[in-house]
Amino acid sequence: MKRFITALTLAAALPLAAHAVEYKQIQTDKSTLGFGYKQMGVAMDGKFRKFATQLSFDPAKPASAKATFDVDLASIDTGSSEADQEVAGKQWFNTKAFPTARFVSSSVKALGGNKYEVAGKLTMKGRTQDVVAPVTFTPQGNQAVFDGSFSFKRVDFAIGEGPWAAFDTVANEIQVKFHLLANTGK
Amino acid sequence: MKNHYSRTAKGLHWLMAILLFGLIALGFYMSGLSFSPEKLKLYSWHKWAGVTALLLLVFRLLWRVVRRPPALPASMPKITQYIAHAGHLALYVLMFAIPLSGWLMSSAKGFQTVYFGVLPIPDLLERNRDLGDLLQTVHTGLNLLFVAILLGHVAAALKHHFIDKDDILKRMLPANKPE
Repeated sequence: MKRFITALTLAAALPLAAHAVEYKQIQTDKSTLGFGYKQMGVAMDGKFRKFATQLSFDPAKPASAKATFDVDLASIDTGSSEADQEVAGKQWFNTKAFPTARFVSSSVKALGGNKYEVAGKLTMKGRTQDVVAPVTFTPQGNQAVFDGSFSFKRVDFAIGEGPWAAFDTVANEIQVKFHLLANTGK
Repeated sequence: MKNHYSRTAKGLHWLMAILLFGLIALGFYMSGLSFSPEKLKLYSWHKWAGVTALLLLVFRLLWRVVRRPPALPASMPKITQYIAHAGHLALYVLMFAIPLSGWLMSSAKGFQTVYFGVLPIPDLLERNRDLGDLLQTVHTGLNLLFVAILLGHVAAALKHHFIDKDDILKRMLPANKPE
């Protein structure tokens, strides 16, 4: 019996000991990148249909983890085609001149348990700001889910200029929520 | 038998007349605007006014049950009386169906109605772009129908007053106080 338990323990520990699991790919078709904001005091939400990622995350070595996101801003889904067209325009994202939003991580801190803190730089419309996102990591077999959110002020990126600059219709604070399914890649 | 409407019924009739006229005018005006903060504000105000109209309608229907409206004059032919009742019924049905279709449309389009920016009105439908567009067509169509029946309503009231010379219009006028 004792030998059996030892064998079992070894068997369980082996895959981890043999080589640490590194998540390298995000399955964008099974992941969502959404946002939330307030319009006329009403909570609204939407999402981006297209984004590309580069990831390298080993739960055993969080400090060396890296993540890069490129979001196709024209792939926005606000819920109405009228608004989708509006936000692609010059006063909002100006997607003709600035088609993508880019996030590049600069540091990843383990907060204990399955919580991490990812800091990085977000670039939109030619402006770069520091953002920090708490992320929850949930392994699921040979896949893993990363859930997290952060918020930014749209004024910092000049998103919503001219008649939209006042915050009485569309609030300044924008929440970004992500749910990412990652696998260990090839 | 009394031949006048109660003060409350008159008040509700004219208050809703003004409110609905404003709502319909605003509705057609705002939907033609290009996308702007003003447009979003007007949509919110339109929705708040629409919820108010629905609440007033509920109160009005309850009041109608408690205080029955005066009968139509016996001088009116039966067929005309029937048409008058059918017209009023259609107006009541539309006064209910129009705000309901707007509420459903807002839900389907994912723009929740928050009464005066304070009280959230629950969404009745899941977000669905195609259904939202369909409900927008329904909302507009019901309004066009409402305007058509309303023109008949006004024409009938004026005919009663100037041609039949009966008290149908006068008994709804605020000046004609119940004794």
